[in-house]
Amino acid sequence: MRVPGRRALGYLLAGLALAGFSYALERFGLQPISLLEAGLLAMTPLALAAVGECLNEKAGVVNIGLEGILLITAVTGVWFAELFGNGTMGLIGGALTGALIGFALGAISVYGKADQIIAGMGLNIFALGFVPFLLVSLWAFPGIHLFPSELMVPRLITPWGQFSPVTIAAILIAVLAHLLLHHTVLGFRIKAVGEKPEAVDVAGVRVDWLRLFTSTLGGALCGVGGAFLPLGWFGGVVKEISAGRGFIALACVVFAGLEPLLALAAAFLFGFVDGLASAVAVTPGVKERIPFYFVSMLPYATTLVVVALVIGRRRFPRTVGRPYVRE
Amino acid sequence: MKRLPLPRPLIESLVTISIGLVAGALLMLLFDYNPVQAYRALFVGAFGSLEDILETLAFATPLMLTALTFAVGVRGGLFNIGAEGQMYLGAIGATFVAGLLPLPPGLHLAAATAAGMLFGALWAVPPALLKAWRGVHEVISTIMCNWIAFYLATYLAINFLAEPGRAERTAPALVTARYPVLTEDASLTAAIFVALAFCLVVYLYLWGTRAGYELRLAGENPDAARYAGVKGGKVILLSFAIGGLAAGLAGATQIIGRPPAWSLYATLGNVITLGFDGIGVALVGRNHPIGGVLAAVLFGALAHGGRFMEYHAGVLSELVRAINGLIVITLAVPELWMLARRRFSR
Repeated sequence: MRVPGRRALGYLLAGLALAGFSYALERFGLQPISLLEAGLLAMTPLALAAVGECLNEKAGVVNIGLEGILLITAVTGVWFAELFGNGTMGLIGGALTGALIGFALGAISVYGKADQIIAGMGLNIFALGFVPFLLVSLWAFPGIHLFPSELMVPRLITPWGQFSPVTIAAILIAVLAHLLLHHTVLGFRIKAVGEKPEAVDVAGVRVDWLRLFTSTLGGALCGVGGAFLPLGWFGGVVKEISAGRGFIALACVVFAGLEPLLALAAAFLFGFVDGLASAVAVTPGVKERIPFYFVSMLPYATTLVVVALVIGRRRFPRTVGRPYVRE
Repeated sequence: MKRLPLPRPLIESLVTISIGLVAGALLMLLFDYNPVQAYRALFVGAFGSLEDILETLAFATPLMLTALTFAVGVRGGLFNIGAEGQMYLGAIGATFVAGLLPLPPGLHLAAATAAGMLFGALWAVPPALLKAWRGVHEVISTIMCNWIAFYLATYLAINFLAEPGRAERTAPALVTARYPVLTEDASLTAAIFVALAFCLVVYLYLWGTRAGYELRLAGENPDAARYAGVKGGKVILLSFAIGGLAAGLAGATQIIGRPPAWSLYATLGNVITLGFDGIGVALVGRNHPIGGVLAAVLFGALAHGGRFMEYHAGVLSELVRAINGLIVITLAVPELWMLARRRFSR
C-alpha cells in the first residue's frame, strides 16, 4: 500500500483521465465549468452527511438512517426558512432537527442497546411515511412545495462560476473533522471509544457521552445537508427529495474507511456523476440519444461499481455497531 | 406470577404495535387531527365487513412475500433490503409474459408467475455476488439496485410494455394469465394461496432440510457455521435467491392477481414501497415465514384501513408507513423488554 511512486502514478492517471473526460464532454456540448458547479452542489449534502457519519462510526455507532434524516430535515429546513424569512435560518433549523434525530438515535443505541442497523432502517421507513404526512399537514399540498426564491441561500459569484457558501463550509468541515480526529484529545478519545471502549471507561471518560456527542453531531451535519437540498440547490421540496443520497453518503463513508478527507473526495466523485447526470439530461443533442432513465441510473451504478472496487481493503473500528456493556 | 397463555414473541409484537399506534396518535394530535376518529375509521375500514376483511387480505398478499425476502436474509445473517427493486422487476417479468405472450390457458398463468419470480431472483444476483466476492455491504448494494431497478422498470414499462394509446400503464394481463377473483366485492384473488404456499415451502425448506439448517446456522452463529464447514458464499447466494423469488412473486401478484388494473402503472404506483413495507412486516413477524403471514394481515389492515382514515379524518394514509417505521425502531430496542420485565416481575 505505502509505495509513494505508485500513489503519484495513480494521481497522474486520475488527472489525465479527468482532462480527457473534460475534452470529450466539450465535444458533446457539455460545459466542464457548469459540470463543476453542478458537481459541487451535489457534493455538498453527501459530504456533510458522510463526514458526520465518519466521526460517528469512529466512535462505534452506525447510523444507516442518514436517508431519513436528509428527507425530514429537507422539509423542516424549508419550514424554518419560511418562519424566519431567511434561508440561512432554514439551514440552522435543519441542523437542529438533524441533531435532535441524531441524539434520539444515539440515545437508543447507547442506553437502549438497540440493534443500530434495524433502528436506522426504522428511521428511514418512518421518514418515508412521515414526510408526505408532514407536507400535507404543513402546506396542505401533497406534491411539490415551492417556496419564494428569496429564501434560497445566495450563491457566491466568482470568475470561475457560481458556488454555494455551504459547499465551502462543507469542505472546511471535512478539514476540521480531520484535524479534530487526528490532532486533538477529543479525537483520540473518539477513536479509542470505537476500538476499546472498556479502556476509555477505565480511564474515567464517559463512553455514553462521547457516543451521544458524535451521533448528535453527525445528525446535525446531515441535517444541514438535508436543508441544503431545497434551500441551496433545488428550490422546492418533494416527498422523495433525498433520492437515495443518504445511502450514497454511507457508500462514501465505506469508501473512505472513515477518513473525513477521503469521504470528501468520494462525495466529490459521486456528486460529479450526479451533476453529470443532471447536465446530460438537459443538454440538447445528448438528451435525445441517451434515454433519461439510463442517465438517472448513473449515480447509483457508479456508487455500486466504485464501492465494489475499493472495498475489502478498509478496516473499521472493532466495536462499530455494537453497544458497550460494562462488565 | 401467573403467566399469560401466549408465547412471548407474540406479546412483544403486540406491545410494539400498540406503542407504534400510540406514537402515531401523538403525531396526529401534534398536527391537529383527531386520532380517535382516524383510528376508528381505520379499524372499521379494515375489518368492518366481510368485503373489507377480504380486501385487507388482498393488501396482505404482497406484504407476506416481501417480508419473506427480508426474513430469509436475516435468517442467513444478511440485511437484504432489496425486495423493493426485485419486486419491480418481478412485476415487469409478469407483465411481459401475461400481457404480450399469448399462451394456452393454465400454462399462461403458470408461465407469468414463474417469469415474475425469475426476474426477481435475477435482480437479486448482483448484490449477492458483490457480497460473496467483494464483501460489499448488502445495505448499500441493494439500495443502489433498488434505484437502478426503479428507472429500468419505468423505462421498460413505458417503451416496451405500454398499452397502445394509454401511456399511463402497461398492456393489461390477458384473461388467460389472471388469477381467479374470489368475490365480486373485493380485489382478493387466488394469488393469496400461491403466496401462502410459497411461505410454507420456504418454512419447510429452512427448518426441514440440510441447506436450510446451514443457512440458519450461518446467520445465528457464523463462527460455528464456518467450523462446521458451511460455505459462506453458498449461504449468501441461497438467501438472496429465495428472497428474490419471493419479491418477484410479490410483484407478479400485483399484476396478474389484483383487479382492477391487471397491469403496471408507468409510475410504478401500484407496486411502489411494498418492498420497504415488508421490512416492518418481517420484524413484527419475528423473521419467521409464518409469523410474517400473520404480521402481513395486520399491516394489510393498516394499508386498507388507512384509506378510510384519509376520507373520514383527513389524515394522509401515508402516516401508516410512519407508524410502521416507529414499530421497527421500537422492535430494535431490546432494553425495553428488559425494563418491562424487571418492573413487572417485582
